[in-house]
Amino acid sequence: MTFPSRDDLIDFVYDEARMLDDGRFDEWLALWKPDGMYWMPLDYNQQDAKHVTSLLHEDFFMIKLRVERFKGERTFSQKPKTRCHHVIQRPFIEEVDHEAGRFVTHTPFHYVETRLDDQTLLAANARHELELVDGALKIRLKRVDLLNCDAAFGNIQMFL
Amino acid sequence: MSRYANDTAAIEALVRPTEVHRDIYIDEDVFKLEMKHLFANTWVFVGHDSQTPNKGDYFTTEIGTQPVIMVRHSDDQIYVLHNRCPHKGTKIAIDRAGNTGKFFRCPYHAWSFKTNGCLLAIPLRKGYKDTGLEESHSVNGMAPVGAVKNYRGFVFARLAKDGIDFDTFFGNALSSIDNMVDRSPAGRLEVSGPPLRYMHRCNWKMLVENQTDTCHPMVAHESSAGTAIDLWEKMDKPEGTKTPMAMEVIAPFMSSYEFFENMGIRTWPNGHGHTGVHHSIHSDYSAIPGYFEQMVEAYGEEKARAILGESRHNTIYFPNIMIKGPIQQLRLFKPISAGRTLVESYIYRLVDAPDMLVERTAMYNRLINAPTSMVGHDDLEMYERAQEGLHSDGLEWVNVQRLYVEGEDFEDEAIENGTTERQMRNQFHAWTKYMTMSMDGGAR
Repeated sequence: MTFPSRDDLIDFVYDEARMLDDGRFDEWLALWKPDGMYWMPLDYNQQDAKHVTSLLHEDFFMIKLRVERFKGERTFSQKPKTRCHHVIQRPFIEEVDHEAGRFVTHTPFHYVETRLDDQTLLAANARHELELVDGALKIRLKRVDLLNCDAAFGNIQMFL
Repeated sequence: MSRYANDTAAIEALVRPTEVHRDIYIDEDVFKLEMKHLFANTWVFVGHDSQTPNKGDYFTTEIGTQPVIMVRHSDDQIYVLHNRCPHKGTKIAIDRAGNTGKFFRCPYHAWSFKTNGCLLAIPLRKGYKDTGLEESHSVNGMAPVGAVKNYRGFVFARLAKDGIDFDTFFGNALSSIDNMVDRSPAGRLEVSGPPLRYMHRCNWKMLVENQTDTCHPMVAHESSAGTAIDLWEKMDKPEGTKTPMAMEVIAPFMSSYEFFENMGIRTWPNGHGHTGVHHSIHSDYSAIPGYFEQMVEAYGEEKARAILGESRHNTIYFPNIMIKGPIQQLRLFKPISAGRTLVESYIYRLVDAPDMLVERTAMYNRLINAPTSMVGHDDLEMYERAQEGLHSDGLEWVNVQRLYVEGEDFEDEAIENGTTERQMRNQFHAWTKYMTMSMDGGAR
C-alpha cells in the first residue's frame, strides 16, 4: 500500500473502532507506531498537552498497560467488564501527503460505554494522524476531543 | 425535621473511639446537618488567588453546597460572596470563571453590585420610594461569607460570622502549604489549567479518609501500579534505560506495608494531618535539571535542602481538601449529597521553576486522579462498593480501630506509625466538635 486511497484511510478509522468494540486489543495495539501518542484534552481546543492536565496523554507503554490492566485478575473496576460501542460518521480526510507518507482524518462519533446497570453516552471528535510504515498505516497520534470535555464524569474505562 | 437536628447527643453517639455509625455516610439528614454546621463553622477552601489575578476576575464555586463567587475587588483584595441576587435569588454568575469589570449585574432585573457585593444601582429606583427598602436585607447587596483569609495564595472562607479564627483552626498544619509554596524559587504558585472534575457516587468523607489510608495501595492498586511494574520489567529494553517519568509516578503505589509503616503519619488538632513524615511515595523522583541551583540561589543551600527534604505525601485540611506539596497539587472533595461527591483536582506551577516540574505534576494528575485514569478507577470502585455495602443491615458500624491507643488526645500534635487510622479518628473527633458547635443542644 504505497499510496493509500481515501477508502483505505476511511476503512482504517472504521476498523480501529470495530477492534475496540470487539475487544480485539492485540490487533488494535498493532495499529500503533511505537512512538505513538493517545491524547484526550481536558480543555476545549487545548493546545498544550504537557504543562496542563489532560484527561489522557499517554505513550505506547501506557496504552499497553491499559490493555494489560483490562485483562488482570485483580482489576476490580473491571469485574464485570465494561463493554463499548462506537457509532462513527464517515471520516473527513484532512491532510494527504503521499510524499511524506502522512495522513490526517477527522471523525465525529458517538461512544457508549456500559457496565452493570450504567450506560454512558459521549459525543466526540477523533483526529487520527497516520503514517505509512513498511507499507502499512500506523497511528502516530490519536486525539479525542470530547464535546463535554469540561463536564464531571464518573469512570470512563475504555479507550475512545 | 430530621431526627438528628439540634440533638447533640444523637450526633455524638455516631462517633465512638474505634468505630463510627454508617449514618455518617448514608443518611441525608446527617448530610444536611453537615452542610448547615460543619461546613459553616470550619474554614473551607475556596480557590487559589491566581485564579482571579486581575481586578474584576471572578470564579464560581461552592462551600459545602452553598454557591459562592470568589472575586478580586478594586482594592485588589479577594472577596467571597454568596452567588445570589438579594432581590429574587437569581444566581448572579453562571460561568465557572470570567471578568465582570467593575460590577456584577443580575441578568433578571439588572440590579447591580460592586465587586465587594455592595448594592450599586436598581433600575427605576423611585418605585421603592417610601417602601422601606432601606430596612430590607436586599439593600445590603450580595452577602459576603462570614470571614475570608488569603493564606499565601490559598483562599479559605468561614461561612459563619463568628467562630474559630483561621490561625487557631489550622495551627501548625499550615506548614504543608508553606512547604508547597516555598518550593517555588519566587515563593509563589499559579494554577495551571482547569481542574480535573470527577463524579463519585459515594460520601465525601470516604475520599478524605482514603488520603491517609496506607493499607489499601498495594491491594487496590495492584491492577494499575502492579501491572505497570510487571510490564516494565518484562519489556525488552537496552541496559541502563532510564525509568520514564510515568513509571516513577505510578510504581511507588505498590510499595510494601513496611514502607508505609515507616513513613509515619502526623496529626494536628481540628482534624488536620498528613502522611509521609519521614519519606513518601514522592521521595525518589529524579532531580529536575537546574532546579536545585535555582532554589539555592533563592533561599541559600541549607534552607533549600530543608524545603526539598520534606516529602509529605497527603496533607488533609479538614474538612475537605488534600494537598501534595512535592507534587503541587490540591484535591477538593465537594459534597453534593450523602451519596455523591464531585472531586476537583487542581495543579499548580511553581513560579520561576523549570517547566519539567509542572510536566510531572500534570502527569501525576492525569495518571492518578482523572476519570480516565487507572489508579483513580481502582479507588472509586472501592468507594462505590462501600457506599452500597453500608446499606446492609448486617452491621451498622464502620471500624477505624487500627493502632488505636486508649485515651487518644487529638488536641496534641502526634507522629505515629504510618499505617495508623489515628488521622481518621482525628477527623471524626473534629467532625463531632464542629457539627455540634452551633446546635442548640438537647433532643426535641
